[in-house]
Amino acid sequence: MSIVNFTPVSALAGGAMIGLAAAGLWWLLGRLAGVSGIIGGAFSLRWSEISWRLAFLAGLLASGLLAIWLVPGKVQFDLPAGLHQVVLAGVLVGIGTQVGGGCTSGHGICGVSRLSVRSIVAVLLFMAAAMVTVFIWTHG
Amino acid sequence: MKRAAAAFLVGLVFGAGLLVSGMTDPAKVLGFLDVTDAWDPSLALVMAAAVAVFALLYRLALKRPRPLLAADFAQPARRGIDARLVVGALLFGVGWGLSGFCPGPAIVSAAFGDPRVWAFVAAMVVGVAIARIPGLRAVDRGAE
Repeated sequence: MSIVNFTPVSALAGGAMIGLAAAGLWWLLGRLAGVSGIIGGAFSLRWSEISWRLAFLAGLLASGLLAIWLVPGKVQFDLPAGLHQVVLAGVLVGIGTQVGGGCTSGHGICGVSRLSVRSIVAVLLFMAAAMVTVFIWTHG
Repeated sequence: MKRAAAAFLVGLVFGAGLLVSGMTDPAKVLGFLDVTDAWDPSLALVMAAAVAVFALLYRLALKRPRPLLAADFAQPARRGIDARLVVGALLFGVGWGLSGFCPGPAIVSAAFGDPRVWAFVAAMVVGVAIARIPGLRAVDRGAE
């Protein structure tokens, strides 16, 4: 195994920004910034639960729009999977995150930070499942 | 309105962090998940930095009586490791590996114009709805 494409500085800087944003949501609204939880909770019957969640998701989308508008040459994007595989992946991510109660942000960042054993177990399981899936996809 | 504006700004910074770290590029995420030959460890550092910053600020916040714009901190209920956690995490992991997308980066990169990303997000919302809608009333009564 060799190390390739490693970008430690931007990884640490971007990661710190993600941590800061998650802290912002906690300090301001007292909510944990798990993206799948924010999406799932928007399936609510109360507008007070829907509005801030949609605003957060709009902010995510706006960051992408700003990036392609302001620094189009710097946006790296390569999606190797085809349409059918992507749709299957989307359904699995949607169901899996709701049944398992979190994703890379909710379990991976917030849960691990809070030393939740449940989240640490979830991270180990979804990382292992993803690595095995990629292995089968690329070498199978 | 103030809460929505705050949440929008938080989403903007969160997305900017994903963009800066390269996590909105599925090929880079897959480069981390493919551990067999050419490995890109960047994702581990993204998580480490995010955890370090959040862990500190999370604890500092709890010294305050309440959040700045809400009545209380919504602590998730302490639950054990059950079959739902295991099955859900494994399903999510397979979907993540098949695409290189987890929910946050998928929404950010929906802005890049590739229809396959829109298909992923639409399929993800369908998946969320399949898991959520039957329990909608129960969820609304509960902590979430």
